[in-house]
Amino acid sequence: MFGILASVIDGILVGAVYGLAAMGLTLIWGVMNVINLAHGAIIVIGMFLLYIIVYSLGLHPYVAIPAMIVFGFLFGIVLYWIAVHRVIGQAELMSLLSTFAVNMVLIGLGTAVWSTSPYNVPVSMPSISLHGYTFTGTHITAAIMAVVIAGLLYVLLYHTRIGKAVRAVANNREAAELTGIPTTQVLAMAFGLGVALAGVSGTLIATLFPFTVLSGDAYQLKSFVVTVLGGLGNPAGALLGGVALGLIEGLATPFMPVSWIPVVEFGLFVFCLIAFPRGIFSFTKA
Amino acid sequence: MSELLVVNDISKRFGGLQAVSHLSLTVNEGEILGLIGPNGAGKSTVFNLINGVYAPDTGSVEFAGQDITGMPPHRVARLGLARAHQIVQPLGALSVLENCTVGACFGRENLPLAEARETAREMATKVGLGDRLDLIASSLTTAGKKRLELARALSARPKLLLLDEVLAGLNPTETEQMIATVRQIRASGIAILMIEHIMRAVMSLSDRIVVLNLGAKLAEGTPQEVAENPEVITAYLGDSTIMQAAEASP
Amino acid sequence: MWRRPFPWLIVVAALLFALVPYFTNDVGMRESLLLAAIYIILASNLNLMIGYAGYVNFGNIVFFGLGGYICLYLVTAWHVHVIVAALIGGVAVSAVALLFGTGILRLRGAFFALATIGVNQAVQQLVVNFEPWGGATGIYLSLDSYKPFGGPMQALWWMYLLIVLLTAASMLLSYVIKNSKFGLGLIAIGQNEDAAAVLGVPTARYKALVYSASAFLPAMAGGLYFFKSGIIEPGAAFNLEQSIEAIVMLMLGGAGTILGPALGAVLYEEMRGILLTTQYLSHFQLVIAGVLLLIIVQFVPGGLLGWLHRLWPRTRGWLQ
Repeated sequence: MFGILASVIDGILVGAVYGLAAMGLTLIWGVMNVINLAHGAIIVIGMFLLYIIVYSLGLHPYVAIPAMIVFGFLFGIVLYWIAVHRVIGQAELMSLLSTFAVNMVLIGLGTAVWSTSPYNVPVSMPSISLHGYTFTGTHITAAIMAVVIAGLLYVLLYHTRIGKAVRAVANNREAAELTGIPTTQVLAMAFGLGVALAGVSGTLIATLFPFTVLSGDAYQLKSFVVTVLGGLGNPAGALLGGVALGLIEGLATPFMPVSWIPVVEFGLFVFCLIAFPRGIFSFTKA
Repeated sequence: MSELLVVNDISKRFGGLQAVSHLSLTVNEGEILGLIGPNGAGKSTVFNLINGVYAPDTGSVEFAGQDITGMPPHRVARLGLARAHQIVQPLGALSVLENCTVGACFGRENLPLAEARETAREMATKVGLGDRLDLIASSLTTAGKKRLELARALSARPKLLLLDEVLAGLNPTETEQMIATVRQIRASGIAILMIEHIMRAVMSLSDRIVVLNLGAKLAEGTPQEVAENPEVITAYLGDSTIMQAAEASP
Repeated sequence: MWRRPFPWLIVVAALLFALVPYFTNDVGMRESLLLAAIYIILASNLNLMIGYAGYVNFGNIVFFGLGGYICLYLVTAWHVHVIVAALIGGVAVSAVALLFGTGILRLRGAFFALATIGVNQAVQQLVVNFEPWGGATGIYLSLDSYKPFGGPMQALWWMYLLIVLLTAASMLLSYVIKNSKFGLGLIAIGQNEDAAAVLGVPTARYKALVYSASAFLPAMAGGLYFFKSGIIEPGAAFNLEQSIEAIVMLMLGGAGTILGPALGAVLYEEMRGILLTTQYLSHFQLVIAGVLLLIIVQFVPGGLLGWLHRLWPRTRGWLQ
């Protein structure tokens, strides 16, 4: 019995990180109506940044967290100007293809540098043992960090002038423009924030599991599942959706072969999209 | 005169907003019925309820003897009910002729492509777009797009035409031309239900007028009766145009 | 339709495609043309969804993979002739698409695009766990399967010719639909779905129909292609990347045009061949494809043909 509880708790801990990843995706979607298909590649950048920090620079693994936030933000702003700015407001196909093209470039470069073999960055943290079950310290730390970063995002969005501008632009770009908000800069900044969140979630995931250049796809799909569970464009819903997905994975693990879990996830994803196109946890829009 | 469209007691609520409440109206064959009211009175919602974009919460809509309540828009269109939108919705990348061909193909006569093209050409010429048939729709001027809306709706060879502010945004010359076109359409036997803000036009064109306020019917009658109705005058308080228009109408 | 020049052009092109490698007995040329043919089939059927109806289907490869699986399963387990098996695969996948399309096509825009990714991944993972189809290892053909054709060498030529036939059929399908009432309705949906419905276009039915139509030929091609390969496994059958490459080709040639997807497919295939064989560039194939796509999307969204039509509007009439 406690075995199930333990895997549920572990699922929730990992789910918080999924939630953080999805938050990056959903923030960009909510503010500029763009589904960022480079999301997975950015998660991978976060993973390899951890590798570089630890093995190339010899620094403490958690130094990678603030480093990724800063780098991700700047990188996101650059990406916005290269790939997103010209396609905003155009047909959805254009922004989907544009961000997918970025994905191809990043994954291609990554493959050329790191090949597609697996990497592992062991991070040692004290674990907690209960009734013979061990909760790894890295999982607990990652979940705490995910929640803290989510909290910071909330403060930024709802308690600062910048956040107000972001929300105004998300709500009605033309009206925001008329009141003197520099909407283009706000869009670039929101994209930077979204990329930073995705990257940092990648760094946290890399402290938990081994990864390859191609790992991004799986986590991007998980982010989609989470976003759909939580409601597209809803950052608070994303965290709940992430925890829900972690919970489902945790609950399913003891009862079915591992290879069936993706079937359940993707089945759930398509089902949720069709049945609840606004998300299960979305209460914001009438 | 027989009844073509019978709207009976329809209501629609959006969240906390009662957009339309218990509205009934009738359009007879060959008639122009004007639907007027202050901004936000629910006029466009009434159109959306009639042509199936929304299903009404209560009541029924009957068209040409058939119950069309809650019927999807494409089936309503097939029965001969066409609409020109207030906010023009051209199929931007298609030419003027192709836009009208869509109307003719999927309208009341359900024409095959080649015949639809002929009807489309005829209707586009009729509303004065004959010289712009091959122009891409998105490159038309506002007045041109309004005409396109009309031509596309007419290409369906409808029995009833819903006109949503076809005069809005036109200059005086264009307005005169459009009014003449609307008269021609009526003369060809098509009944019209029109929403219009330009009072002088609606007063002179309509056989009867229904006044809507806050989603409910405020008054109904001939242009003269409506213009003299004290409740209507109160609803339009401060807007003296309705009085002047009534005096100006024949 | 045979009174216009375009269909004849397709027939002649298909004959050249089929006969030149056959009479020169050039197997290398055949293999490279075969890939181009497969990509033309994928891109031009995808064009029905993306270019005409305006619905982005990222997971269109699911039709190809399912068609392949059904065909190889019928050939190995039931000893059905491969041509019949491919046909059954095409019909079955089309029927499933019609049923499924009715549900999934209630989604608009980006939601639909996301769902198509989900569908492909869900089917792939399902097949990984589906033992009758060999699970993760897939289905292998024995050499006996090629006997009806007089051996593997002959079978390969047969499959090539049949796939070229499907390529021509794809082009003709694009042509017929574009010049039909159905096509006009689809293009109206692609431009403005709500306005199309008000004009009387039966949007839900048309969308499900085109989803199903765009599944038929890719599913058949999947059957023939994997029969030719002699093996099918979930990774190769439901390769999302291939699906996306088909979109790149479509955009390169010009979405919504009839010849664009074919032009894009051939160009892309050629470019990839050059990149893969050039020493310093072989690692950067994906990067260069990505940069190419980025440039197309940002600067020439109409693709090559769209660009041509804008330069010389008269070409619009000639090429349809």
